[in-house]
Amino acid sequence: MKNLIGISTIIAIILALGLGLSSCGNQSTEKPGGSSALAGDVASQVYVAPGEYDEFYGFFSGGFSGQVSVYGLPSGRLLKIIPVFSVDGEKGYGFNEETKPLLETSHGFVPWDDAHHPELSQTNGETDGRWLFINGNNTPRVARIDLTTFETAEIIEIPNSGGNHSSPFTTENTEYVVAGTRFGVPYPQKDVAIDSYAENFKGMLTFIDVAEEGEMEIGFQVLLPAFDYDLAHSGKGASHGWTFFTSYNTEEKSTLLEVNASQNDKDFIAAVNWKKAEEYIKEGKFKEVPARYAHNVYDEHTHMATSTMKETVKVLVPSECPGLVYFLPTPKSPHGVDVDPTGEYIVGNGKLSADLTVHSFTKMLAAIENEAFDGEIDGVPVLKFEDVVGGVVKEPGLGPLHTEFDGKGNAYTTFFISSEIVKWKVGTWEVLDRAPCYYSVGHLMIPGGDSKNPEGKYMVALNKITKDRYLPTGPELCHSAQLYDISGDKMKLLLDFPTVGEPHYAQGISAGRIMPKSKKIYPIEENKHPYRTMGEGKARVEREGNNVHIYMTSIRSHFAPDNIEGIKVGDKVYFHLTNLEQDWDVPHGLAVMGANNAELLVMPGQTETLVWEPKQEGVYPFYCTDFCSALHQEMQGYIRVSSRNSDIALSWSLGEDEEVQ
Amino acid sequence: MILAAVFLSMLFLFPMWQITLLAPQYPDGVTMYIWINKLGGDSPGTLQNINILNHYVGMKYIEPDSIPELKYFPKIIIAMIALAIGAAIVNKRWAYLAWAILFVVLAAAGVYDFYLWEYDYGHNLSDNAPIKIPGASFQPPLLGTKMILNFIAKSYPHTGGYFAGAAGGLAFIAWWLKGKIKN
Repeated sequence: MKNLIGISTIIAIILALGLGLSSCGNQSTEKPGGSSALAGDVASQVYVAPGEYDEFYGFFSGGFSGQVSVYGLPSGRLLKIIPVFSVDGEKGYGFNEETKPLLETSHGFVPWDDAHHPELSQTNGETDGRWLFINGNNTPRVARIDLTTFETAEIIEIPNSGGNHSSPFTTENTEYVVAGTRFGVPYPQKDVAIDSYAENFKGMLTFIDVAEEGEMEIGFQVLLPAFDYDLAHSGKGASHGWTFFTSYNTEEKSTLLEVNASQNDKDFIAAVNWKKAEEYIKEGKFKEVPARYAHNVYDEHTHMATSTMKETVKVLVPSECPGLVYFLPTPKSPHGVDVDPTGEYIVGNGKLSADLTVHSFTKMLAAIENEAFDGEIDGVPVLKFEDVVGGVVKEPGLGPLHTEFDGKGNAYTTFFISSEIVKWKVGTWEVLDRAPCYYSVGHLMIPGGDSKNPEGKYMVALNKITKDRYLPTGPELCHSAQLYDISGDKMKLLLDFPTVGEPHYAQGISAGRIMPKSKKIYPIEENKHPYRTMGEGKARVEREGNNVHIYMTSIRSHFAPDNIEGIKVGDKVYFHLTNLEQDWDVPHGLAVMGANNAELLVMPGQTETLVWEPKQEGVYPFYCTDFCSALHQEMQGYIRVSSRNSDIALSWSLGEDEEVQ
Repeated sequence: MILAAVFLSMLFLFPMWQITLLAPQYPDGVTMYIWINKLGGDSPGTLQNINILNHYVGMKYIEPDSIPELKYFPKIIIAMIALAIGAAIVNKRWAYLAWAILFVVLAAAGVYDFYLWEYDYGHNLSDNAPIKIPGASFQPPLLGTKMILNFIAKSYPHTGGYFAGAAGGLAFIAWWLKGKIKN
């Protein structure tokens, strides 16, 4: 233990020296990264005046919050939190009857996940602003968010996977989003000894087919050895048709991985030729294997999600499909794999390596052509390191994780251990600049920085540790994002701001690609919800045995009906609330005393359902939760609950002596 | 004169009048279009949105079905179009003048009727209105701009209205030209 402390002290001293050197004698008594780290008048660069719009949308994953947060850039203003994999009482997401099916899986209702990598849809290799995909790591899933509504539209579960980390990186025209497993699992899943890992466990790479309207379907899976498939990116331009996955734990160990999975000098990047895979699928060279996984789709017209259980999946086995997968040896547990805008260079960020390895796509094709293989593993040919490496960035920093590009021939790589971002030149591999991060940067994001056409004006660093950066909030501190100006030769820190959960990755896009398509309301005439109420005159209450359906409407500033009697203890009461409003930004909420779920928050033209099971006799209030109008506080009503054997008839009304009919 | 008939028929293609309400929390404004035969807005929900605003101060709901003018005004316009064509066929100076005068009288009556409706909506308030402001009226301006509580209300002719006005003008020009050619 003493030795460990000694070692870590030495490392800390080395790091401190390193930082001192890299800041070029800019010594100061202030804490590093304080205002002295800022050059000139940076405030004006991030100042977006009241009423003005930000230039970019930033989509940040919530990590263990399971959600996506939407920021405006460069201001760093939080615009919305989109619930995806976790229930959200604020919006009734996962609590109301309509959205519950979105969180169904083969394990039943799973109300939480760990959301890592947002990925914008692309057309011709450019972000197009149609959808945002994001992976759920824990119970393997991929979600699609519709960017006209900023709501989760679809979630598909990934079978034969044990941790969906290398996901959901898209291909150039959103033909596929991918889902590689981080944890090997028995294939098929079964009861075996854990130490039979190498023998019984497998690693599956999944290609999810994305249809014209966005609907996802599992196209095929590729069966590989049980390495830990960490991250991915698809080729573009010349390398379109290929997807690259990093791996670690090529040692195939199941215990003390921090040591056991760090032994091999080189792990692999798996290069999958998905166009070849399509040919094999067409030729019928797949196995249709049993697999239970949920496919959940939200319909914008019924305002309702449905969950379907799928039964089979198509699996391709490399030993039966030559040319489908190749392994590219890459030093020391590569984390991110990032393809430059031309598609030629594939950066393997070897997180325990002193150097940064860049593979060449052209050289890879030549090596395949020459069949100069260094053996094969489970039918996958292993290429020779020296045959595929295109360049090496020498000793750029410690712990490289991720690389993005600015579209001007430069690359930017994050270094977790040395807590910095290093700018280097693609092709010459020389280091151009370095900027410290506060502290321990993971991913970085340049709008379009993983696409064919980066918009290299700003860069965001996503930091894991904040320590003393903000006012303290007890033991739990926020993570942070730091914004840099990268329009010049040197990176310039502009701003840092706290984030929600743990943003792993982020995506950025010009506001103009999304803003014009953003919906203001749901047209009421398009509402196809089976329990919709099309007008106050149709508001009513219906009993079916113990189930009571309240067809309720809201409009400023009342519910119809707002007095309801004849409910009995033991009834299951469904409040189907249709918001009749057709004006922008006029949602109505509904909260019922004692409800065991959450509120409803219903957008104009939408219908949502709250289930309420009263347990005691009495008269209970309900009210609107979203300050909707000058008479919002008056937007309230009562529901009367009588004894189980009461003979009080079902009745409902709005206003004195006025039965709603 | 045929052009006058064509211009008048534009009333069926374009709204004749528009009333716009502006307030900070309505960045796009709320615009109601008055057609010869219907009421509309810049979105399908506009009329509902105006009625929601109006209900705070107890104004009556604007229900197109309860405004008979929207039913018989189109008939009058069709008759006037027919008369304009008739005048063109007759092609006499007196016919043009008669049509022009008739048009002006009808237009004046129409504007007065519009004023009466505005007055009724603006003054005839419910006793149960949640917000009561002693002495206040909520009548939009006949023509021009006016502050109504927190709203700027603008009332101006729309394309159809301009065409109709021009139709009247054309009739007078036709009358004047006819006299000139004779001389």
